Amino acid sequence: MSAITRAEVAHLARLARLALAEDELDHYAQQLDVILQSVARVCEVAADDIPPTSHPMPLVNVFRPDEVAPSLTQEQALAAAPAVEDGRFRVPRILDEE
Amino acid sequence: MEADLIRQPAAVLGDAIAAREVSAREVTKAHLDRIAQVDDRVHAFLYVDTDGALAAADAVDAEIAEGIRRSPLAGVPLALKDVLAMKGVPTTCGSRILEGWRPPYDATVVERLRAAGVIILGKTNMDEFAMGSSTEHSAYGPTHNPWDLERIPGGSGGGSAAAIASFEAPLAIGTDTGGSIRQPAAVTGTVGVKPTYGGVSRFGLVALASSLDQAGPCTRTVMDAALLQSVIGGYDPRDSTSINAPVPDVVAAAERADVRGMRIGLVKELSGEGYQAGVEQRFREAVAILEDLGAEVVEVSCPHFDYALGAYYLILPSECSSNLARFDGMRYGLRVGDDADRSVEEVMSLTREAGFGAEVKRRIMLGTYALSSGYYAAYYGQAQKVRTLIQRDFAQAFADVDVLVSPTTPTTAFRIGEKVDDPLAMYLNDIATIPVNLAGNCAMSLPVGLAPEDGLPVGLQVMVPPQADDRLYLVGGALEAALRDRWGHLLIEEVPAL
Repeated sequence: MSAITRAEVAHLARLARLALAEDELDHYAQQLDVILQSVARVCEVAADDIPPTSHPMPLVNVFRPDEVAPSLTQEQALAAAPAVEDGRFRVPRILDEE
Repeated sequence: MEADLIRQPAAVLGDAIAAREVSAREVTKAHLDRIAQVDDRVHAFLYVDTDGALAAADAVDAEIAEGIRRSPLAGVPLALKDVLAMKGVPTTCGSRILEGWRPPYDATVVERLRAAGVIILGKTNMDEFAMGSSTEHSAYGPTHNPWDLERIPGGSGGGSAAAIASFEAPLAIGTDTGGSIRQPAAVTGTVGVKPTYGGVSRFGLVALASSLDQAGPCTRTVMDAALLQSVIGGYDPRDSTSINAPVPDVVAAAERADVRGMRIGLVKELSGEGYQAGVEQRFREAVAILEDLGAEVVEVSCPHFDYALGAYYLILPSECSSNLARFDGMRYGLRVGDDADRSVEEVMSLTREAGFGAEVKRRIMLGTYALSSGYYAAYYGQAQKVRTLIQRDFAQAFADVDVLVSPTTPTTAFRIGEKVDDPLAMYLNDIATIPVNLAGNCAMSLPVGLAPEDGLPVGLQVMVPPQADDRLYLVGGALEAALRDRWGHLLIEEVPAL
């Protein structure tokens, strides 16, 4: 597997919504490279005909009756919000131009 | 029993409270006093709920006076890992991003503890979002191992294990994604159980890796672990991965404590290179005791365990990068840089950069990489196939033997600071515990002595098939009793005075 570059780390940080500092980019590029080289050992295992396991138990769909049950009040749901306006979560702008 | 209330097993305290030899308030107060005396040095707790604990104790005492005993653990204090939501009590997961957050609801585990009359003393320290093997990755500073305050108590549940080992609580709850209950138990000379995946509800457990996480008991005795697992285990419709079947009778198994006629497999791949000599020595002595008790011991091979660490460090970061996307500073927790000008993406990025520590960022990026197009099949897809092969290794081994055993950890507790900047060295601590999480089995770690070279505790791991949790307690109970006969006391009695 190829080495992970500083530019790739910057791209990953963008995807993961992490505003990494410049020195962090270098640090993580080096560390992620070492970790990936180590975990890439799994690629040595011949497993072409092996089915993947995403979960330890053979899961089937789990259903429940669609019934109204008690839930949080609006006040409780908003109690821990960083910013609230008119009984709603207030968030920063989501569009580039107003 | 007044003099040493804090050194009693939970089972003994529960009986004494029910018999009104001592009140739940006295027991709770004794543990709160102990926390006040020693926790400045141990730092097991992030939050102590003094008022809540005393009120709950008074409620238990009032019921006992009316002849109501909710469970064998009614009135017994417990330390709760800070990854479980507890209504109205700060729940941080060891992270700055959740500093000051008070959940509006209880996790199912917390609900069941309350229903059983267990007294929750407070929340314990942990590696941030349960990522780590030393509790050094907590944003609130490390926890110290009561056996040697310069050393790590394991992780991620180092706070829960240290609380037990320093007699701040007789019971604690941990969570185990790759060894976070068993590895701290091993390095603190205590008992830790990871139940079968789906055996304990994950509702209200802040998710690290949803296909691996499992809450379980941390205690000083095998019987206490059984009693606690009985309280928290069982089907919960609010967790779609919860097993809808009766919980195996772990208390009866801990009472029987019998290994006669049992076939025990020594896992060849979980020994040798990388394992400390004194760890292997104490492990082999314990296996010899199991043979003396009537078990048959054979060596078995699980060839794909050699790839478990690699598969785990692809699967776990992938799941965690997805799970931790919810911490975006919009609905709860920290928000940074919201100046009415910056975009939502900028605010999210600044918030996550400020709120997450180094290890969390490392794993989020690792997972983002493993899941990104072009790498998905080679990394995440291949790791899932290796997961299948590890499950098959277990199935093949359990066709031949009843239980598998190994050392819980390759070494005893290392020094604080020794591995904190070397992620790979840190990850190797979980090399023996990870296969169980990948397969969904259950496992226990229990203390089997002190390593001769450093005088620090060594743990033995018992692994059994899914939903055979009771078998853990047959082995654990038998080995604990034999070791107690040999030493004249439990290993934890040898922990230095604080």
